[in-house]
Amino acid sequence: MSRAAPASFLFRGTALPWLLLLPQLVITGLFFFWPAGQAVWQSLLREDAFGLRSEFVGMENFADVLSDPTWLGAFGRTLVFSSAVAFLALTAALFLAVQADRNIRGSNAFKTLLIWPYAVAPAVAAVLWLFMFHPQIGIFGRMLNAAGIAWDYKLNGDQAMLLVIVASAWKQVSYNFIFFLAGLQSIPKAVLEAAAIDGASPRYRFWTIIFPLLSPTAFFLLVVNLVYAFFDTFGVIHSLTQGGPGKATETLIYRVYTDGVVNLNLGSSAAQSVILMILVVGLTVVQFRYVERRVHY
Amino acid sequence: MRRDTTAYLWLGLGILVFAFPIYLTLIGSTHDASTIGRGDVPLLPGPLGAENYANAWNGTGGGRIQGSPAGLMLVNSALMALGIAAGKIAISLLSAFAVVFFRFPGRMIAFWLIFVTLMLPVEVRIIPTFQVMVDLSLTNSMAGLIVPLIASATATLLFRQFFLTIPREYVEAAKVDGAGPLRFFRDVVLPLSVTNIAALFVILFIYGWNQYLWPLLIINDRSLETIVVGLTKMIGTGDAQNEWNIIMATAVMAMLPPVAVVVLMQRWFIKGLTETEK
Repeated sequence: MSRAAPASFLFRGTALPWLLLLPQLVITGLFFFWPAGQAVWQSLLREDAFGLRSEFVGMENFADVLSDPTWLGAFGRTLVFSSAVAFLALTAALFLAVQADRNIRGSNAFKTLLIWPYAVAPAVAAVLWLFMFHPQIGIFGRMLNAAGIAWDYKLNGDQAMLLVIVASAWKQVSYNFIFFLAGLQSIPKAVLEAAAIDGASPRYRFWTIIFPLLSPTAFFLLVVNLVYAFFDTFGVIHSLTQGGPGKATETLIYRVYTDGVVNLNLGSSAAQSVILMILVVGLTVVQFRYVERRVHY
Repeated sequence: MRRDTTAYLWLGLGILVFAFPIYLTLIGSTHDASTIGRGDVPLLPGPLGAENYANAWNGTGGGRIQGSPAGLMLVNSALMALGIAAGKIAISLLSAFAVVFFRFPGRMIAFWLIFVTLMLPVEVRIIPTFQVMVDLSLTNSMAGLIVPLIASATATLLFRQFFLTIPREYVEAAKVDGAGPLRFFRDVVLPLSVTNIAALFVILFIYGWNQYLWPLLIINDRSLETIVVGLTKMIGTGDAQNEWNIIMATAVMAMLPPVAVVVLMQRWFIKGLTETEK
């Protein structure tokens, strides 16, 4: 609330504004603060084997999680998975946006044809890729096998990882495309024309003028893509590989789900949730600080 | 000229990469299960389109599939998506109005209480939120599907941002005319917000339609299943003997509504997307 308006420009009263805020505050309290508090509290408790009693164990759940090699494995896998998804989705989108930014005929139709995958649910995107890369029924899965490559993402962990990365990135490209295109179109054409007249090659113009001007957009998108890859891709993994084969595609969010829902290990699952919250808050803070800096120059 | 040609080529390739999976799914949904199961993936439409879609719609796919009828799941998904979009917009309009146009004790506290929720997506706090639902006996209900997901700060921040651009003199003029805050909300703020509401609606409808982990957790009752979750349940472990033709028809129906919304409301979609995220 940086803009301080004189009192005559605002309404007075206490009951009415709080009444207007009430629905949102009640829902936020019930479904946000209460569960978040519960997660923190439960992460400090441990239940006995029968779920009858729980005792306070301090940071023990966190120590257990952070020293569990399978959790650390999931952590490393999440880093690899998320950076691969973000890298693929960002580079493909930037490339397509640069092409679509050219003054070519029909560029609006191209835009429409490139943005609609945003509307496809991650889980449905996974199903589409399953139809293509299923070893028995998928057209490309069969081609790979016919070419002598033993392709079966249900048996081979690396192939499973590759498939969930590509399916997740495929769905995210159009989102990035929209933002990159908006960023490109806000670059003053005069600057680019001046550089062209001075004899700068297209490639030189891209790396010295366009790319630096796009970097705030790119950074913002990087954070959004990482958050997407951390959480929204649960649907992709759940419908394609269920975290398998073995644990080859088990990411942190998938692990929270299996520990909390399938294995009913609430203390550990809560500790993992708290760690994830800290990760997201950290990412968000980095983003806000960066955005703030951008506003000032 | 040459550079234009390469641009066309690359854009064409991009469109192909996006469209081919859909094309394959559309084609698959017009053939019989054994053709697809054998792996003879056809590239041209077959004769069974109407029959497959009718079977998927009614959930009468035959022996092996125990999927819920897609017609029912589509209704559930639509109710969930509309409920989430309408709910978020309604509560956000009210709270943003209170924060921007009133001066009252605790305003900053209220603002921050809402603002911090921006940081944590529902997936992060999914298990504790699920337990709250159990405590409130809201599992297996449409309300349980919708209400927890309308708690988010994005829409409130967008409306706040927009309300700050409404000239303050309007408030003074309203006061002079003897109009109270609610009258001002109805006659000035709401009409000015129509495009923002439309833009936000598109984004939130898609957000709601595409929910996965939340419905998966809190719905066991098949009559409340949403189509995105129902679709992946039909696939199971991906057995080649599945009735893939029915599954593909269901996949097409799961995609159609949100894609139609994006394509038909493209202008608002892009406005909503770029403004909610910045």
